Amino acid sequence: MMRALLLMCAALAGVAQAAPKGDGKLFDPVASVVMSPRCINCHQVEAPHQKDIGIVHAQQVVRGADGHGSAVLHCAACHQASNSAQGRVPGAPNWHLAPLSMKWQGLDKKGVCQQMKDPKRNGNRKTGEQVIEHMKTDPLVLWAWNPGAQRTLPPMSHEDFIKALETWADAGMPCPQ
Amino acid sequence: MTSLNINGKAVDVEAEPDTPLLWVLRDELHMSGTKFGCGMALCGACTVHLDGQPSRACVTPVSAATGKKITTIEAIAESAVGKRVQMAWAEIDVPQCGYCQSGQIMAATALLKAIPRPTDKDIDQAMSGNICRCGTYPRIRAAIHKAAGKA
Repeated sequence: MMRALLLMCAALAGVAQAAPKGDGKLFDPVASVVMSPRCINCHQVEAPHQKDIGIVHAQQVVRGADGHGSAVLHCAACHQASNSAQGRVPGAPNWHLAPLSMKWQGLDKKGVCQQMKDPKRNGNRKTGEQVIEHMKTDPLVLWAWNPGAQRTLPPMSHEDFIKALETWADAGMPCPQ
Repeated sequence: MTSLNINGKAVDVEAEPDTPLLWVLRDELHMSGTKFGCGMALCGACTVHLDGQPSRACVTPVSAATGKKITTIEAIAESAVGKRVQMAWAEIDVPQCGYCQSGQIMAATALLKAIPRPTDKDIDQAMSGNICRCGTYPRIRAAIHKAAGKA
């Protein structure tokens, strides 16, 4: 009887306590990649940024109605499905800004972490596996490791990034405090 | 051999799939109205329309234009909006050296088709990728407003 009660309490606590287990430091290697210029330059509010210093995109490029640029200056006017021959014009399929709900502009790593695991802001992704899937497979993300024209790469290989993501997700997506 | 739809006509071209569309237009088809400016999608001189959207032909591989309706400056007056833009450009005498103007007219026409009565902000956001080294921007803006019927 006592054991059953304890088990029930534990189960209820598990439900109520959606708080993640694990160490927020597990997000550090993830943050080191997603907060690097190749990622964060497109997780902006009004306009994409560019270059390692993150300046606002030249030519007054803006987010527009759907993250693909203004009415007649779409990202795809210049950005093709792959980098241009000399890599000066970067490209990947469906080049566009991250949705507004996924903006990281002005956030610290704790804020980015909380956005990534919040279904209201992450495209309704609920499980760790769903949250990290974009970073494992999306061609726009993979472009960061083949950015062309000697652009700075993220600070670890994509393979190591996946390992860090999986470790973080398996631990319940803990965020830095 | 690749088949393209240029200004409403089917055209077979010899170019490789990764050849920029601009090379096909200018070198293979001798349609020299579309200009080579920077070759890096930074100036807008090579602007054409793909399915009505401005695109920089210098970085658009032929493979990305296949199956789309390509419109160049040579056919811009075939649409009512394009004709109005062309006339406004002539009336205000927009060009100075003229080199960027075919790209400017392509961008302006696409803008007016999408937003018939553009604000100055709409114009800025549509045209900022089209550079004019003569600085004819005030006349470009005035001509767009004129073509829109606002001036």
